[in-house]
Amino acid sequence: MIRALTMLVLLLPLVAAAADTALPVEDDPVLEKRVTALTAELRCLVCQNQSLADSHADLAIDLKNQVRAMMKEGRSDAEIKAFMTDRYGDFVLYRPPVKATTWLLWAGPFVLFAVALAALFAYIRRRRAATGETAALTAEQQGRARALLDAPDSADSP
Amino acid sequence: MTRYLIPLAIFAVLVAFLSIGLNLKPRDVPSPLIDKPAPAFTLNQLHEPAKQMSPADLKGKVWLLNVWGSWCVSCRQEHPLLVELGKANVVPLVGLNWKDNREAALKWLGDLGDPYTVSVVDPDGKVAIDYGVYGAPETYVIDRDGVIRYKQIGPISPEDLTRTILPLVKKLQG
Repeated sequence: MIRALTMLVLLLPLVAAAADTALPVEDDPVLEKRVTALTAELRCLVCQNQSLADSHADLAIDLKNQVRAMMKEGRSDAEIKAFMTDRYGDFVLYRPPVKATTWLLWAGPFVLFAVALAALFAYIRRRRAATGETAALTAEQQGRARALLDAPDSADSP
Repeated sequence: MTRYLIPLAIFAVLVAFLSIGLNLKPRDVPSPLIDKPAPAFTLNQLHEPAKQMSPADLKGKVWLLNVWGSWCVSCRQEHPLLVELGKANVVPLVGLNWKDNREAALKWLGDLGDPYTVSVVDPDGKVAIDYGVYGAPETYVIDRDGVIRYKQIGPISPEDLTRTILPLVKKLQG
């Protein structure tokens, strides 16, 4: 009995946590879906590797409520994103816009890939050129090779 | 010789990037509000809730807006410096009491000293959102025209104050 009670008490915080996740749910499921979709695209500034949708930080909850209130006012997703970037900068967006300051971020991986490819091709070509020179055998070497190949194979045969 | 130079160059570039990365503070998000007009607000004062205050009241003056809360640990760390700054009486310091409880806030100022020219109350954090606040303490330097010129994220250190904030205030006042 005591064990069961202890277990129950230990489980309580979990129940409380679960209740917490469900906290900002309101009566309108369509609106909630829109809120969740948009806040999943916005970064929580307090715990920077979480989205607003995932975060339980006080500020994240306030911002979620702000998003919900703005949606109720009939503002578009773009307007709400602009509201957030006006205050917190592009940093709040998980998908940064393509512009002068972010082109390196967007093009960087492709540029690196192209550089790596170019280096690889250069390396292969250089190696081929290097091995090509040594591949040509002299007439004497050709003759020896021929003699070895033609010689009756005594050692290996059963 | 180039055989060794190439890896060395790559290593040097890597070290450069890593050392830049080490010195960046990922928590400091550059504010888009720098050089933009400070968002307007009208908030009740902490000491006299019947009275209100808005940034327009301070037009023509250089002033500091400090976001704090009695629940905020780093604010406690910063507070003695603010008290000193308040005593020096060089620049008006407005406290934005962010999502706090009035009694706790008043007790904090009673216990630790009140450096603020005036404190205003932002109980639901709406004004803080307009200012792009994401972690107290934060401090804004606002010029005579009501434009935000600088934002300090996190507690002000004595070096920040003497090297950055006070020289900027002096320049803006001059």
